[in-house]
Amino acid sequence: MDASPIITLIAVVKHFGRFAALRGVSAEFASGRLYTILGDNGAGKTTLLRVLAGLAHPTSGGVSILGTTELRSVCQELGYMAHPSLLYDEMSGMENLRYFGHLYGIKDDSRCAANMTAVGLDAALTRPVAQYSQGMRQRLSLARALLNDPKLLLLDEPFSNVDGGSAREMVTLLCRMRSAGKTIFVVTHQTYLLEGVADEFVRMKAGQITNRTRELRPVETR
Amino acid sequence: MNKSSGVAYRVPSGVTGATLAKDLRLEWRSKDALNSMLFFSLLVVVVFSFSFDPNAEESRQIAGGLVWVAFLFAAVVALNQTWARELRNHVLDAYRVSPAPANSLFLAKALGNFIFVAVLEILMTPLFIMFYKLRPLGPAWQLIPVAALGTWALVVNGTFFAAISLRTRSREIMLPLLLFPVSIPALLAMVNATTAILTGQLSARFWIVLLTTYDVVFTIACLLLFELVLNAE
Repeated sequence: MDASPIITLIAVVKHFGRFAALRGVSAEFASGRLYTILGDNGAGKTTLLRVLAGLAHPTSGGVSILGTTELRSVCQELGYMAHPSLLYDEMSGMENLRYFGHLYGIKDDSRCAANMTAVGLDAALTRPVAQYSQGMRQRLSLARALLNDPKLLLLDEPFSNVDGGSAREMVTLLCRMRSAGKTIFVVTHQTYLLEGVADEFVRMKAGQITNRTRELRPVETR
Repeated sequence: MNKSSGVAYRVPSGVTGATLAKDLRLEWRSKDALNSMLFFSLLVVVVFSFSFDPNAEESRQIAGGLVWVAFLFAAVVALNQTWARELRNHVLDAYRVSPAPANSLFLAKALGNFIFVAVLEILMTPLFIMFYKLRPLGPAWQLIPVAALGTWALVVNGTFFAAISLRTRSREIMLPLLLFPVSIPALLAMVNATTAILTGQLSARFWIVLLTTYDVVFTIACLLLFELVLNAE
Protein backbone atom coordinates (compact mmCIF):
# COMPACT_ATOMS: atom_id res chain seq x y z
CA MET A 1 0.00 0.00 0.00
CA ASP A 2 1.32 3.43 -0.94
CA ALA A 3 1.14 5.72 2.11
CA SER A 4 1.63 8.99 0.21
CA PRO A 5 -1.49 11.20 0.17
CA ILE A 6 -3.61 10.88 -2.95
CA ILE A 7 -5.77 13.79 -1.79
CA THR A 8 -4.76 16.91 0.10
CA LEU A 9 -7.34 19.45 1.21
CA ILE A 10 -6.15 22.80 2.57
CA ALA A 11 -8.73 25.00 4.33
CA VAL A 12 -11.42 24.24 1.75
CA VAL A 13 -14.44 26.50 2.06
CA LYS A 14 -17.53 26.17 -0.09
CA HIS A 15 -20.38 28.66 0.08
CA PHE A 16 -23.76 28.40 -1.62
CA GLY A 17 -24.97 31.98 -1.33
CA ARG A 18 -24.82 32.71 2.40
CA PHE A 19 -24.78 29.04 3.37
CA ALA A 20 -21.35 27.58 4.10
CA ALA A 21 -21.45 23.91 3.13
CA LEU A 22 -17.75 23.39 3.86
CA ARG A 23 -15.99 25.49 6.51
CA GLY A 24 -12.24 25.20 6.21
CA VAL A 25 -11.76 21.47 5.63
CA SER A 26 -8.09 20.44 5.83
CA ALA A 27 -7.11 16.79 5.53
CA GLU A 28 -4.86 14.30 3.81
CA PHE A 29 -5.98 10.93 2.52
CA ALA A 30 -3.58 8.12 1.67
CA SER A 31 -3.99 6.03 -1.45
CA GLY A 32 -5.18 2.42 -1.53
CA ARG A 33 -7.62 2.86 1.34
CA LEU A 34 -11.36 2.72 1.80
CA TYR A 35 -12.73 5.76 3.62
CA THR A 36 -16.28 6.00 4.92
CA ILE A 37 -17.64 9.50 5.39
CA LEU A 38 -20.29 9.80 8.07
CA GLY A 39 -22.44 12.67 9.21
CA ASP A 40 -25.95 13.98 9.53
CA ASN A 41 -27.83 15.46 6.59
CA GLY A 42 -26.34 18.84 5.70
CA ALA A 43 -22.96 18.01 7.24
CA GLY A 44 -21.20 18.65 3.91
CA LYS A 45 -20.48 15.05 2.82
CA THR A 46 -21.95 15.34 -0.67
CA THR A 47 -20.41 18.80 -1.19
CA LEU A 48 -17.00 17.38 -0.23
CA LEU A 49 -17.39 14.59 -2.81
CA ARG A 50 -18.52 17.11 -5.46
CA VAL A 51 -15.49 19.28 -4.74
CA LEU A 52 -13.23 16.23 -5.09
CA ALA A 53 -14.98 15.28 -8.34
CA GLY A 54 -14.42 18.78 -9.71
CA LEU A 55 -18.16 19.42 -9.96
CA ALA A 56 -18.12 22.17 -7.34
CA HIS A 57 -15.35 24.74 -7.14
CA PRO A 58 -14.17 25.71 -3.65
CA THR A 59 -14.92 29.29 -2.66
CA SER A 60 -11.47 29.33 -1.07
CA GLY A 61 -8.76 26.85 -0.14
CA GLY A 62 -6.95 24.27 -2.21
CA VAL A 63 -7.56 20.71 -3.41
CA SER A 64 -4.80 18.47 -4.73
CA ILE A 65 -5.54 15.06 -6.24
CA LEU A 66 -2.82 12.71 -7.48
CA GLY A 67 -0.30 15.50 -6.98
CA THR A 68 -2.03 18.20 -9.00
CA THR A 69 -4.44 21.04 -8.33
CA GLU A 70 -5.59 20.94 -11.96
CA LEU A 71 -8.43 18.50 -11.26
CA ARG A 72 -9.43 18.42 -14.95
CA SER A 73 -6.12 16.75 -15.74
CA VAL A 74 -6.89 13.77 -13.48
CA CYS A 75 -10.55 13.24 -14.39
CA GLN A 76 -9.56 10.11 -16.35
CA GLU A 77 -8.52 8.57 -13.02
CA LEU A 78 -11.71 9.42 -11.20
CA GLY A 79 -14.98 7.51 -10.83
CA TYR A 80 -18.02 9.29 -9.41
CA MET A 81 -21.34 7.86 -8.33
CA ALA A 82 -23.87 10.44 -7.17
CA HIS A 83 -27.12 10.13 -5.27
CA PRO A 84 -29.10 10.51 -8.54
CA SER A 85 -28.34 7.69 -10.98
CA LEU A 86 -26.58 9.78 -13.71
CA LEU A 87 -28.17 7.41 -16.24
CA TYR A 88 -30.51 7.84 -19.20
CA ASP A 89 -33.84 6.23 -18.29
CA GLU A 90 -34.81 5.63 -21.94
CA MET A 91 -31.74 3.50 -22.74
CA SER A 92 -30.79 -0.01 -21.64
CA GLY A 93 -27.93 -0.69 -19.23
CA MET A 94 -25.51 -1.65 -22.00
CA GLU A 95 -26.50 1.37 -24.12
CA ASN A 96 -25.81 3.63 -21.16
CA LEU A 97 -22.42 2.08 -20.46
CA ARG A 98 -21.50 2.12 -24.16
CA TYR A 99 -22.21 5.87 -24.30
CA PHE A 100 -20.39 6.72 -21.08
CA GLY A 101 -17.51 4.50 -22.21
CA HIS A 102 -17.13 6.74 -25.28
CA LEU A 103 -16.63 9.72 -22.97
CA TYR A 104 -13.49 7.97 -21.67
CA GLY A 105 -12.38 6.67 -25.06
CA ILE A 106 -13.62 3.14 -24.26
CA LYS A 107 -15.17 1.56 -27.33
CA ASP A 108 -14.94 -2.04 -26.17
CA ASP A 109 -18.36 -3.65 -25.59
CA SER A 110 -16.84 -6.56 -23.67
CA ARG A 111 -15.54 -4.13 -21.03
CA CYS A 112 -19.02 -2.66 -20.57
CA ALA A 113 -20.50 -6.17 -20.32
CA ALA A 114 -17.82 -7.21 -17.80
CA ASN A 115 -18.64 -4.19 -15.65
CA MET A 116 -22.34 -5.04 -15.68
CA THR A 117 -21.56 -8.61 -14.66
CA ALA A 118 -19.22 -7.37 -11.91
CA VAL A 119 -22.10 -5.53 -10.23
CA GLY A 120 -24.46 -8.49 -10.65
CA LEU A 121 -26.44 -7.30 -13.67
CA ASP A 122 -27.14 -9.20 -16.86
CA ALA A 123 -25.51 -7.48 -19.85
CA ALA A 124 -28.16 -9.01 -22.14
CA LEU A 125 -30.92 -7.07 -20.38
CA THR A 126 -32.57 -4.99 -23.11
CA ARG A 127 -35.26 -3.17 -21.14
CA PRO A 128 -34.74 0.53 -20.49
CA VAL A 129 -33.31 1.72 -17.19
CA ALA A 130 -36.68 3.36 -16.40
CA GLN A 131 -38.00 -0.18 -15.83
CA TYR A 132 -35.15 -1.18 -13.49
CA SER A 133 -35.72 -1.46 -9.75
CA GLN A 134 -34.01 1.17 -7.61
CA GLY A 135 -31.42 -1.38 -6.51
CA MET A 136 -30.61 -2.32 -10.11
CA ARG A 137 -30.17 1.36 -10.98
CA GLN A 138 -27.75 1.78 -8.09
CA ARG A 139 -25.72 -1.18 -9.29
CA LEU A 140 -25.70 0.09 -12.88
CA SER A 141 -24.67 3.49 -11.58
CA LEU A 142 -21.75 1.82 -9.79
CA ALA A 143 -20.86 -0.02 -13.02
CA ARG A 144 -20.79 3.35 -14.82
CA ALA A 145 -18.49 4.83 -12.17
CA LEU A 146 -16.11 1.85 -12.50
CA LEU A 147 -16.07 1.89 -16.31
CA ASN A 148 -12.80 3.82 -16.70
CA ASP A 149 -11.02 1.69 -14.06
CA PRO A 150 -10.41 4.76 -11.87
CA LYS A 151 -7.68 5.12 -9.25
CA LEU A 152 -10.01 7.19 -7.09
CA LEU A 153 -13.64 6.24 -6.57
CA LEU A 154 -16.14 8.66 -5.02
CA LEU A 155 -19.43 7.02 -4.05
CA ASP A 156 -22.38 8.96 -2.66
CA GLU A 157 -24.91 6.69 -0.95
CA PRO A 158 -24.17 3.61 -3.09
CA PHE A 159 -26.22 1.27 -0.87
CA SER A 160 -29.42 3.29 -0.61
CA ASN A 161 -32.46 1.25 -1.70
CA VAL A 162 -30.26 -1.79 -2.34
CA ASP A 163 -31.29 -5.03 -0.64
CA GLY A 164 -28.98 -6.47 2.03
CA GLY A 165 -27.53 -9.27 -0.10
CA SER A 166 -26.77 -6.99 -3.06
CA ALA A 167 -25.27 -4.35 -0.75
CA ARG A 168 -22.90 -6.93 0.72
CA GLU A 169 -21.92 -8.01 -2.81
CA MET A 170 -21.16 -4.36 -3.59
CA VAL A 171 -19.03 -4.15 -0.44
CA THR A 172 -17.11 -7.26 -1.50
CA LEU A 173 -16.49 -5.64 -4.90
CA LEU A 174 -15.24 -2.47 -3.20
CA CYS A 175 -12.90 -4.58 -1.02
CA ARG A 176 -11.47 -6.21 -4.15
CA MET A 177 -10.92 -2.79 -5.70
CA ARG A 178 -9.21 -1.52 -2.55
CA SER A 179 -6.94 -4.59 -2.63
CA ALA A 180 -6.11 -3.68 -6.23
CA GLY A 181 -4.79 -0.32 -4.99
CA LYS A 182 -7.82 1.91 -5.58
CA THR A 183 -8.72 4.66 -3.14
CA ILE A 184 -12.41 4.66 -2.30
CA PHE A 185 -14.59 7.24 -0.56
CA VAL A 186 -18.05 6.09 0.47
CA VAL A 187 -20.68 8.45 1.84
CA THR A 188 -23.30 6.31 3.55
CA HIS A 189 -25.78 6.19 6.36
CA GLN A 190 -25.63 2.36 6.31
CA THR A 191 -22.35 2.34 8.22
CA TYR A 192 -22.82 -1.22 9.53
CA LEU A 193 -22.12 -2.53 6.01
CA LEU A 194 -18.59 -1.17 6.16
CA GLU A 195 -17.80 -2.12 9.77
CA GLY A 196 -14.55 -4.08 9.75
CA VAL A 197 -14.11 -3.27 6.06
CA ALA A 198 -13.35 0.46 5.87
CA ASP A 199 -9.83 1.56 6.76
CA GLU A 200 -11.05 4.79 8.27
CA PHE A 201 -14.29 6.45 9.33
CA VAL A 202 -14.31 10.19 8.68
CA ARG A 203 -16.96 12.13 10.59
CA MET A 204 -18.31 15.43 9.37
CA LYS A 205 -20.45 17.99 11.14
CA ALA A 206 -21.51 21.48 10.04
CA GLY A 207 -19.11 21.54 7.09
CA GLN A 208 -16.03 20.35 8.96
CA ILE A 209 -14.22 17.07 9.52
CA THR A 210 -14.60 16.59 13.25
CA ASN A 211 -13.09 13.17 13.80
CA ARG A 212 -11.28 10.31 12.04
CA THR A 213 -11.09 6.82 13.55
CA ARG A 214 -10.31 3.28 12.43
CA GLU A 215 -13.36 1.86 14.24
CA LEU A 216 -17.02 2.66 14.33
CA ARG A 217 -18.51 3.84 17.59
CA PRO A 218 -21.08 1.42 19.08
CA VAL A 219 -23.88 3.91 18.44
CA GLU A 220 -22.94 4.02 14.74
CA THR A 221 -23.09 0.27 14.12
CA ARG A 222 -26.89 0.16 14.01
CA MET B 1 0.79 22.15 -3.77
CA ASN B 2 2.19 21.07 -7.08
CA LYS B 3 0.16 22.52 -9.92
CA SER B 4 1.62 20.40 -12.66
CA SER B 5 2.50 16.67 -12.53
CA GLY B 6 -0.50 14.38 -12.15
CA VAL B 7 -1.70 12.05 -14.87
CA ALA B 8 -1.57 12.88 -18.59
CA TYR B 9 -4.95 14.23 -19.75
CA ARG B 10 -6.16 12.23 -22.73
CA VAL B 11 -9.00 13.72 -24.76
CA PRO B 12 -11.17 10.87 -26.06
CA SER B 13 -12.15 10.86 -29.72
CA GLY B 14 -15.57 10.26 -31.25
CA VAL B 15 -17.50 11.92 -28.40
CA THR B 16 -19.47 14.20 -30.74
CA GLY B 17 -20.61 11.25 -32.84
CA ALA B 18 -21.50 9.14 -29.80
CA THR B 19 -23.45 12.00 -28.18
CA LEU B 20 -25.28 12.79 -31.42
CA ALA B 21 -26.17 9.12 -31.92
CA LYS B 22 -27.39 8.93 -28.32
CA ASP B 23 -29.57 12.05 -28.75
CA LEU B 24 -31.06 10.77 -32.01
CA ARG B 25 -31.81 7.42 -30.35
CA LEU B 26 -33.49 9.11 -27.37
CA GLU B 27 -35.58 11.32 -29.66
CA TRP B 28 -36.52 8.36 -31.86
CA ARG B 29 -37.80 6.54 -28.75
CA SER B 30 -39.60 9.44 -27.07
CA LYS B 31 -40.42 11.71 -30.07
CA ASP B 32 -40.87 14.49 -27.48
CA ALA B 33 -39.31 17.29 -29.52
CA LEU B 34 -40.53 16.31 -32.99
CA ASN B 35 -44.15 15.78 -31.97
CA SER B 36 -44.32 19.13 -30.16
CA MET B 37 -42.65 21.01 -33.02
CA LEU B 38 -44.86 19.40 -35.68
CA PHE B 39 -48.05 20.08 -33.77
CA PHE B 40 -47.10 23.72 -33.17
CA SER B 41 -46.08 24.36 -36.81
CA LEU B 42 -49.20 22.66 -38.10
CA LEU B 43 -51.34 24.97 -35.96
CA VAL B 44 -49.54 28.04 -37.29
CA VAL B 45 -50.02 26.97 -40.92
CA VAL B 46 -53.70 26.19 -40.54
CA VAL B 47 -54.66 29.13 -38.30
CA PHE B 48 -52.86 31.72 -40.43
CA SER B 49 -54.17 30.36 -43.72
CA PHE B 50 -57.77 30.64 -42.44
CA SER B 51 -57.13 34.04 -40.84
CA PHE B 52 -55.67 35.77 -43.90
CA ASP B 53 -56.66 33.73 -46.95
CA PRO B 54 -54.07 35.53 -49.16
CA ASN B 55 -53.85 35.35 -52.94
CA ALA B 56 -50.68 34.01 -54.64
CA GLU B 57 -48.95 37.41 -54.82
CA GLU B 58 -49.70 38.33 -51.19
CA SER B 59 -48.50 34.87 -50.13
CA ARG B 60 -45.12 35.45 -51.72
CA GLN B 61 -44.79 38.72 -49.77
CA ILE B 62 -45.70 37.31 -46.33
CA ALA B 63 -44.65 33.64 -46.54
CA GLY B 64 -40.96 34.30 -45.74
CA GLY B 65 -41.82 35.92 -42.43
CA LEU B 66 -44.55 33.45 -41.60
CA VAL B 67 -42.46 30.34 -42.31
CA TRP B 68 -39.41 31.46 -40.36
CA VAL B 69 -41.32 32.78 -37.36
CA ALA B 70 -43.18 29.46 -37.20
CA PHE B 71 -39.90 27.51 -37.35
CA LEU B 72 -38.26 29.81 -34.78
CA PHE B 73 -41.05 29.28 -32.24
CA ALA B 74 -41.18 25.54 -32.98
CA ALA B 75 -37.39 25.26 -32.61
CA VAL B 76 -37.60 26.68 -29.08
CA VAL B 77 -39.63 23.61 -28.10
CA ALA B 78 -36.88 21.28 -29.35
CA LEU B 79 -34.13 23.38 -27.80
CA ASN B 80 -35.70 23.16 -24.35
CA GLN B 81 -36.16 19.40 -24.71
CA THR B 82 -32.53 18.71 -25.58
CA TRP B 83 -31.11 19.97 -22.32
CA ALA B 84 -34.06 18.83 -20.20
CA ARG B 85 -32.93 15.26 -20.93
CA GLU B 86 -29.53 16.00 -19.45
CA LEU B 87 -31.08 17.37 -16.26
CA ARG B 88 -33.07 14.23 -15.50
CA ASN B 89 -31.04 12.06 -13.09
CA HIS B 90 -28.31 14.77 -13.26
CA VAL B 91 -26.76 12.99 -16.27
CA LEU B 92 -24.89 16.16 -17.18
CA ASP B 93 -22.69 15.64 -14.10
CA ALA B 94 -21.49 12.32 -15.58
CA TYR B 95 -20.35 14.24 -18.65
CA ARG B 96 -18.72 16.98 -16.57
CA VAL B 97 -16.58 14.54 -14.55
CA SER B 98 -15.41 12.77 -17.71
CA PRO B 99 -12.43 13.87 -19.85
CA ALA B 100 -14.78 14.48 -22.81
CA PRO B 101 -14.42 18.03 -24.16
CA ALA B 102 -17.26 20.51 -23.58
CA ASN B 103 -17.23 21.52 -27.25
CA SER B 104 -18.05 17.96 -28.34
CA LEU B 105 -21.22 18.09 -26.27
CA PHE B 106 -22.18 21.48 -27.68
CA LEU B 107 -21.51 20.44 -31.26
CA ALA B 108 -23.48 17.19 -30.85
CA LYS B 109 -26.44 19.05 -29.34
CA ALA B 110 -26.38 21.73 -32.05
CA LEU B 111 -26.16 19.10 -34.82
CA GLY B 112 -28.98 17.10 -33.21
CA ASN B 113 -31.19 20.18 -33.04
CA PHE B 114 -30.29 21.01 -36.64
CA ILE B 115 -31.46 17.56 -37.72
CA PHE B 116 -34.72 17.84 -35.73
CA VAL B 117 -35.56 21.29 -37.14
CA ALA B 118 -34.53 20.21 -40.66
CA VAL B 119 -36.88 17.22 -40.44
CA LEU B 120 -39.64 19.59 -39.33
CA GLU B 121 -38.92 21.90 -42.27
CA ILE B 122 -38.95 19.02 -44.75
CA LEU B 123 -42.30 17.81 -43.42
CA MET B 124 -43.88 21.26 -43.17
CA THR B 125 -42.71 22.81 -46.46
CA PRO B 126 -45.24 20.92 -48.66
CA LEU B 127 -48.01 22.08 -46.33
CA PHE B 128 -46.87 25.70 -46.54
CA ILE B 129 -46.76 25.44 -50.34
CA MET B 130 -50.22 23.89 -50.42
CA PHE B 131 -51.96 26.23 -47.95
CA TYR B 132 -50.35 29.44 -49.29
CA LYS B 133 -50.28 28.50 -52.98
CA LEU B 134 -46.53 29.24 -53.13
CA ARG B 135 -44.57 29.19 -56.37
CA PRO B 136 -41.18 30.92 -56.30
CA LEU B 137 -40.52 33.38 -59.12
CA GLY B 138 -36.77 33.65 -58.31
CA PRO B 139 -34.11 30.88 -58.30
CA ALA B 140 -35.79 28.22 -56.13
CA TRP B 141 -32.53 26.31 -55.48
CA GLN B 142 -31.36 29.25 -53.34
CA LEU B 143 -33.99 28.32 -50.79
CA ILE B 144 -31.81 25.31 -49.86
CA PRO B 145 -28.76 27.32 -48.64
CA VAL B 146 -31.08 29.87 -47.00
CA ALA B 147 -32.88 27.08 -45.14
CA ALA B 148 -29.62 25.37 -44.10
CA LEU B 149 -27.88 28.58 -42.98
CA GLY B 150 -31.02 29.93 -41.32
CA THR B 151 -31.67 26.72 -39.43
CA TRP B 152 -28.06 26.60 -38.22
CA ALA B 153 -28.34 30.25 -37.08
CA LEU B 154 -31.39 29.34 -35.01
CA VAL B 155 -30.03 26.15 -33.46
CA VAL B 156 -26.46 27.24 -32.73
CA ASN B 157 -27.57 30.20 -30.62
CA GLY B 158 -30.59 28.31 -29.35
CA THR B 159 -28.47 25.42 -28.10
CA PHE B 160 -26.10 27.84 -26.40
CA PHE B 161 -28.78 29.95 -24.72
CA ALA B 162 -30.78 26.87 -23.75
CA ALA B 163 -27.66 25.69 -21.89
CA ILE B 164 -27.39 29.07 -20.16
CA SER B 165 -31.04 29.01 -19.10
CA LEU B 166 -30.70 25.37 -18.00
CA ARG B 167 -30.19 26.16 -14.33
CA THR B 168 -32.71 28.99 -14.13
CA ARG B 169 -36.11 28.39 -12.57
CA SER B 170 -38.25 29.52 -15.51
CA ARG B 171 -36.07 28.31 -18.36
CA GLU B 172 -39.00 27.98 -20.82
CA ILE B 173 -39.44 31.77 -20.59
CA MET B 174 -35.75 32.57 -20.25
CA LEU B 175 -34.75 30.88 -23.52
CA PRO B 176 -36.91 33.02 -25.86
CA LEU B 177 -35.96 36.14 -23.87
CA LEU B 178 -32.28 35.45 -24.52
CA LEU B 179 -32.55 33.91 -27.97
CA PHE B 180 -34.96 36.13 -29.88
CA PRO B 181 -33.10 39.47 -29.58
CA VAL B 182 -29.81 37.81 -30.65
CA SER B 183 -31.59 36.08 -33.56
CA ILE B 184 -33.05 39.28 -35.04
CA PRO B 185 -30.23 39.87 -37.59
CA ALA B 186 -30.41 36.24 -38.70
CA LEU B 187 -34.20 36.29 -38.82
CA LEU B 188 -34.12 39.48 -40.89
CA ALA B 189 -31.69 37.86 -43.33
CA MET B 190 -33.74 34.63 -43.56
CA VAL B 191 -37.04 36.45 -44.13
CA ASN B 192 -35.62 38.90 -46.69
CA ALA B 193 -33.73 36.18 -48.57
CA THR B 194 -36.83 33.95 -48.69
CA THR B 195 -39.07 36.83 -49.80
CA ALA B 196 -36.53 37.85 -52.48
CA ILE B 197 -36.47 34.29 -53.86
CA LEU B 198 -40.26 33.90 -53.74
CA THR B 199 -41.04 37.23 -55.40
CA GLY B 200 -38.06 37.16 -57.79
CA GLN B 201 -37.79 40.96 -57.56
CA LEU B 202 -34.41 41.27 -55.80
CA SER B 203 -31.27 39.18 -55.39
CA ALA B 204 -30.97 37.14 -52.19
CA ARG B 205 -27.17 37.15 -52.43
CA PHE B 206 -26.55 39.89 -49.84
CA TRP B 207 -28.79 38.21 -47.29
CA ILE B 208 -27.15 34.80 -47.85
CA VAL B 209 -23.70 36.34 -47.28
CA LEU B 210 -24.99 38.07 -44.13
CA LEU B 211 -26.44 34.78 -42.89
CA THR B 212 -23.16 32.96 -43.56
CA THR B 213 -21.19 35.61 -41.65
CA TYR B 214 -23.66 35.46 -38.77
CA ASP B 215 -23.34 31.67 -38.61
CA VAL B 216 -19.53 31.71 -38.62
CA VAL B 217 -19.29 34.43 -35.94
CA PHE B 218 -21.84 32.92 -33.59
CA THR B 219 -20.63 29.34 -34.03
CA ILE B 220 -17.09 30.38 -33.06
CA ALA B 221 -18.34 32.49 -30.14
CA CYS B 222 -20.53 29.67 -28.81
CA LEU B 223 -17.71 27.11 -29.12
CA LEU B 224 -15.33 29.42 -27.26
CA LEU B 225 -17.75 30.15 -24.43
CA PHE B 226 -19.52 26.84 -23.95
CA GLU B 227 -17.04 25.35 -21.48
CA LEU B 228 -17.71 28.28 -19.13
CA VAL B 229 -21.47 27.70 -19.42
CA LEU B 230 -21.16 23.94 -18.85
CA ASN B 231 -19.06 24.29 -15.71
CA ALA B 232 -20.95 27.24 -14.22
CA GLU B 233 -22.46 26.51 -10.81
